[in-house]
Amino acid sequence: MKEKPQKRTKKGIGGWLFLAIVLLIYGVTALFDSGLTLKAMTSFIQLLDKVLPVLLIVFVLIFIVNLLLEPARVKKYLGSQSGIMGWLTAIVGGILSTGPIYPWYALLKDLREKGMKTSLAAVFLYSRAVKLPLLPLLVHYFGVIYTLVLVFYLIAFSVISGLVMERIQSVHSEAD
Amino acid sequence: MLNKFKNSLNTTVQTFVNILPIVFGMLLLTSLVIKLFPAQLSTGLFGQNSFLDALLGASFGGVAAGHPLVSYVLGGELLTSGVSLFAVTALIVSWVTVGIVQLPAEALMLGKRFAIYRNLMCYLFAIAIAFLTVYTLQLIA
Repeated sequence: MKEKPQKRTKKGIGGWLFLAIVLLIYGVTALFDSGLTLKAMTSFIQLLDKVLPVLLIVFVLIFIVNLLLEPARVKKYLGSQSGIMGWLTAIVGGILSTGPIYPWYALLKDLREKGMKTSLAAVFLYSRAVKLPLLPLLVHYFGVIYTLVLVFYLIAFSVISGLVMERIQSVHSEAD
Repeated sequence: MLNKFKNSLNTTVQTFVNILPIVFGMLLLTSLVIKLFPAQLSTGLFGQNSFLDALLGASFGGVAAGHPLVSYVLGGELLTSGVSLFAVTALIVSWVTVGIVQLPAEALMLGKRFAIYRNLMCYLFAIAIAFLTVYTLQLIA
């Protein structure tokens, strides 16, 4: 849920500016301690060597998700009368949803105006924490067992977040 | 179909063009920080107390902005440098569930009460998940 706004994503200046600042920090560090900078660069190249193949896999997976899934398709299955299927759809939709969060906020707003339950919006947003295309990278760094355990808890807590939000809403509705 | 293929490819390439400088920047910065403060990272700020580690990790993840991919890279490298799994897990989880930067947009679109309660809840959940994940892994091991 930490993607940047769509306009900024399209321009993508922020990332390049960040890289430029980091390179500037390297330049300044090199002025004071060239040995340290060289060690850091060597470490960077070793890291890059490990990360690049995984990035390639991530690229392919993001492409597949972009090709197969559209916000309109998720909208179809998240009605207010959806019951257990609604919860399952919210979880699966959240997991499969990619890209900046802002279009999804708009979709959820639209759905809530049409009667979607608050809990399902919370479930959808929480389950976005499971990023299928990025799982190879998570496995690469933390291992398969860690990834499975984390994904299990993320899904379980997405349901809990829905239940908590529903409870909060009902308490406030009574108070109002 | 060909148009959809092209559009998806363009979107993916665009996403990656935006992500790559951040990933490269994070890797460069992490490499430098690890070489600068190798011991301090593991014994200073982090490593005193599991709860404090998780609290710090969740706080950093909550205010940080950027693609989740960056949090995995950063978390992985922090773990290698000696930062506890409590902190790293809380960071990864809050990075993708808590959105201080997006809070105004979320409040506007989904309501102020919804956005505030949800983010607060997600912050606490990140700490809970960090503990549950680490203890589950210990149990499995």
